[in-house]
Amino acid sequence: MSPSSRLPGAGNAVLNQRARLRQRIRAFFHARDVLEVETPILSAAGASDLHIDSMTTRAGIGRDELLYLQTSPEYAMKRLLAAQSGAIYQLARVFRYGEQGRQHHPEFTMLEWYRPGFDHRRLMDEVDALLRELLTDSMKLQPTIQWTYQQAWLQTTKIDPFQSSIEELEQYARTQNIEMAGQLEDKDAWLQLIMSYCVEPALPKATPVFIYDYPASQAALAKIRNDIIPVAERFELYLNGMELANGFHELTDAKEQRQRFEADNKKRIAAGKAVIPIDESLLAALPRLPDCAGVALGFDRIMMLSIGAKDICEVIAFESI
Amino acid sequence: MASYSTNEFRGGLKIMMDGYPCSIIENEFVKPGKGQAFNRVKIRNLKTGRVLEKTFKSGETVEAADVVDTDMQYLYSDGEAWHFMHPESFEQYTADETTLGDTRKWLKEQDIVVVTLWDGVPIAVTPPNHVVLTVTETDPGVRGDTSGGGGKPATCDTGAVVRVPLFIDIGELIKVDTRTGEYIGRVKD
Repeated sequence: MSPSSRLPGAGNAVLNQRARLRQRIRAFFHARDVLEVETPILSAAGASDLHIDSMTTRAGIGRDELLYLQTSPEYAMKRLLAAQSGAIYQLARVFRYGEQGRQHHPEFTMLEWYRPGFDHRRLMDEVDALLRELLTDSMKLQPTIQWTYQQAWLQTTKIDPFQSSIEELEQYARTQNIEMAGQLEDKDAWLQLIMSYCVEPALPKATPVFIYDYPASQAALAKIRNDIIPVAERFELYLNGMELANGFHELTDAKEQRQRFEADNKKRIAAGKAVIPIDESLLAALPRLPDCAGVALGFDRIMMLSIGAKDICEVIAFESI
Repeated sequence: MASYSTNEFRGGLKIMMDGYPCSIIENEFVKPGKGQAFNRVKIRNLKTGRVLEKTFKSGETVEAADVVDTDMQYLYSDGEAWHFMHPESFEQYTADETTLGDTRKWLKEQDIVVVTLWDGVPIAVTPPNHVVLTVTETDPGVRGDTSGGGGKPATCDTGAVVRVPLFIDIGELIKVDTRTGEYIGRVKD
């Protein structure tokens, strides 16, 4: 196959850089005794998050039921942890239905790892160490910043996300010339909109910024810490306007996890989306999940930063479907 | 009425927005981690020409706009209405002064122009990139003088006023870039 038939995706220089970064990732975890694993892409259960949709397929075996392609290797990796695998990592291919843009590709590579005995703060430091190792040749990075969700908002918008009402957020969005076609139904949707349009672009450039302790309503699979204002022990990493990682101090309470999954499915029904079968094998494994923190890092976006790409298609071997 | 979902959005797509026919200039997919996805869209209002930005929740649908760009021949104007004809169907269309705007100073009878139709009614007219106009009024320049930098104004048969070199005389044909209003060159008969 001639190189030109790969265009406008990656050329040889990019393929080499991808391989180089993967090597560095392997060396990083080898030095820290974190085991590389591969888990199934297919499952009879899926992610129930309201805002994530899965691709589906059938395998033609057994009762030929509908199978979901993983949107993240999280559930399978937690089952390994519950079976006492110890610290593990994976460079997994994940799939998202309906996501395409300059930073989104329907299938992409997620680097995901789990550290028994770490909380989200300690894992943030490890993510920072890996990030610097991967990007040290390509970028000059400023010292890392760690802000709580509340601090990040106050630093950039001067608004307190926990104290503001929906009306106040709507008002602020208007002053920032955000023209919304249609209605946003809840406070989280407004928080996410303003986060994307106002907070993220205002974060200091060339600086890894970790934002942690999210609103409890945006907890996903993270533990909730019942401070005066309950927060989710969740963090995200931003660099030059790109969201690179999403990590949690993992929830180990099976009952609460089941409630969150059920609440998700209720929201899906209300939004006219299909219900996703709950992963019972994950729930069964949760009581044995060691106290741990886990993180998912977008490998393709790291590649984009490393070569200065403007579009994710530049770092993938072939242009999107 | 046909509709489009946000995942069909792309540059050039014609949609209805706030009652106006619009064309999408740029579409950006924005998705915060674990959150609602949005489409941040730059849109041109085809009636007013203004560009605005709108954010849609991903998955929302919008009404399609029945907007078509068609080549037509400019026939003539009586000062109040401008008449165009589709070269194949011979159907005639009229547009008023507001719809024409500045374009009317570039229209020469028989020229082919692009007429934007919304529900079959002209809402905009786009002239070709270059037109050849006849100079009807200008001060005499010194023949052979090509050294002067500034040039002089010249009024043309369509009413356009263009800055031309000093050697251009009344009756001469000049080529003009309609996008910038600038003189490109002299045209020999």
